[in-house]
Amino acid sequence: MKNRYVIAVEDVCIGCRLCEVACIVEHSDTKDIIKAYNQEKRPLPRSHVEEEGPVSLSVTCRHCDDPHCVSACITGAMRKNPDGRVTVDQEKCVGCWSCVMACPYGAVNMDKEAKKSVKCDLCGDRDVPPAWPPAPTGRSSS
Amino acid sequence: MLYQAPYDTFSEFVIVRDPDLCISCRVCERQCSYGAHTYDPETDTMGEIHEKCVDCHRCEALCPTGAITIRENPRDFKGNANWTDYYIKNVYKQASTGGVLLTGMGNDKPYPIYWDHLLLDASQVTNPSIDPLREPMELTSFLGRKPDSLEIEKENGKLRLKTELGPQIRLEYPIVFSAMSYGALNYNAHLAMARAAKETGIAYNTGEGGLHPTLYDYGPWTIVQVASGRFGVHSDYLNAGTGIEIKIGQGAKPGIGGHLPGEKVGDGISLTRMIPTGTDALSPAPHHDIYSIEDLRQLIYALKEASDYTKPVSVKIAAVHNVAAIASGIVRAGADIVTIDGLRGGTGAAPTMIRDNVGIPLELALAAVDTRLRDEGIRNQASILAAGSVRCSADVVKAIALGADAVYIGTAALIAMGCGMCQRCYTGKCPWGITTNDPYLAKRLNPDIATERLTNLIRAWGHEIQEMMGGMGLNAIESLRGNREKLRGVGLSRLEMDILGVKHAGE
Repeated sequence: MKNRYVIAVEDVCIGCRLCEVACIVEHSDTKDIIKAYNQEKRPLPRSHVEEEGPVSLSVTCRHCDDPHCVSACITGAMRKNPDGRVTVDQEKCVGCWSCVMACPYGAVNMDKEAKKSVKCDLCGDRDVPPAWPPAPTGRSSS
Repeated sequence: MLYQAPYDTFSEFVIVRDPDLCISCRVCERQCSYGAHTYDPETDTMGEIHEKCVDCHRCEALCPTGAITIRENPRDFKGNANWTDYYIKNVYKQASTGGVLLTGMGNDKPYPIYWDHLLLDASQVTNPSIDPLREPMELTSFLGRKPDSLEIEKENGKLRLKTELGPQIRLEYPIVFSAMSYGALNYNAHLAMARAAKETGIAYNTGEGGLHPTLYDYGPWTIVQVASGRFGVHSDYLNAGTGIEIKIGQGAKPGIGGHLPGEKVGDGISLTRMIPTGTDALSPAPHHDIYSIEDLRQLIYALKEASDYTKPVSVKIAAVHNVAAIASGIVRAGADIVTIDGLRGGTGAAPTMIRDNVGIPLELALAAVDTRLRDEGIRNQASILAAGSVRCSADVVKAIALGADAVYIGTAALIAMGCGMCQRCYTGKCPWGITTNDPYLAKRLNPDIATERLTNLIRAWGHEIQEMMGGMGLNAIESLRGNREKLRGVGLSRLEMDILGVKHAGE
């Protein structure tokens, strides 16, 4: 299957970080924006915005065909799924951060508290990741 | 307020944040170019500095939970019908700064808006209305000098126009995007206007700021402007567009020149304006080579020579007291188009007192000019472009019925791109990324989206204009032009109706 991923169009990324907000909500238990932030334990965003001056870019997983993070994983937690997604099994992950170091895009994030890697899972069953409707300049495409 | 002079503590607006809805995501803080939102990492809460808020509504629009509302500050001064808070705050401001009050966009004072006192006609029983969805409806307009008479000859049984027509600007809709310079607006906004003009077959005006090298491709849909500072004017520029406009005055600031602050002059603007980076671009109040109609004639013909008589030349003036006589002089000086910019016309920056107190309303000026040119038998020698707060398609129809050949839209175009009318264009911090050259803010205007929105606006107005014309039983915009019989006044004095050349409703 062709690898699908969400990519930010750098020319029109304005660094508003609404994609991070949308990602947090999508990975929360309730999927309710207020509860996700103020009541639940807030999940980490799977994509994060890198910014310097006028240049900003949402960094997120490319779901590579030959993912370095999967090769580097010491427990087999990181895997390439038949549907093309690269996901991390939270049960198996031991927080060695090998995948974090291996990823050329810096797209694997560290949940230091839980000692687990977290990364973009293309929102599981959703057809269209929620990161793109809130983008105010129409800045990302999937 | 702590650590503030007492005069500086009056805020015009209040940022109301619902603490139950706020998730401290800091989007508002990042989006506010005026620094009105703050974040306290210790308590993970957002705060606000009300005095910095300009009511642009950017934070409100982007807040993912709808936690923010911007309100006018209800904490007003003691009620006074004469000394309203507007005057009190202005005095405070000037006593603190010693400077001229600046503002942006068009006049917002409650002067009469004559569009709202004019009503359109429609066909009933005795003459049929036309359905534009089923029958052809012609909106195409041509701007430029028309001959006094037409000579037609028969050649091999076919009719052929013998009279040679002067150069014309062809518009598929009787609408042109106003002169807003590259500098006042950023490149993304200019690119969007150029693309939308091409897409819809209309034109946009460069304003006095030259033409970015990449926009020469849009020449057939471009009117290039020559103003008192002569910024960006050279041979290629004059020949790049479909017409040339000499700007004498602007409705928002008649008698005043322009000033693009050095901070806004970046590399691109420096290149097109042909001035060093970071220097102020000052356009003098008068053209220093025009002190009479004869001088104007020289410039008109200099530009015609420079463009080999292939482009119509427009002269843009602000609507002032003697506008009809001035317009007559302009036509006699050789202009092919006269542009009248009314009292409520917009601007990127103007002294508040000038914007709010100088000039006359477009509707009266337009009617007066059209009447005067007709009376003198020279109406055909020039087209009239009307500018100065055309807010909707009905305003377009009314302007054309009053005698305009086409209208300029500036503010409406900006609003289509996202502008919220906060009137702070002169700060260069436009949070919507339109009137700013700060690359961080300018990115907020995606030219692709802006193009689509401008195109939609023109097409939507086109449909409405067709509907209104069809209702009146007209199938070509030419039949509406100067057709004041299609207008009736309501709530106007006899004198106002005489100037507008319309009857009262019921007459």
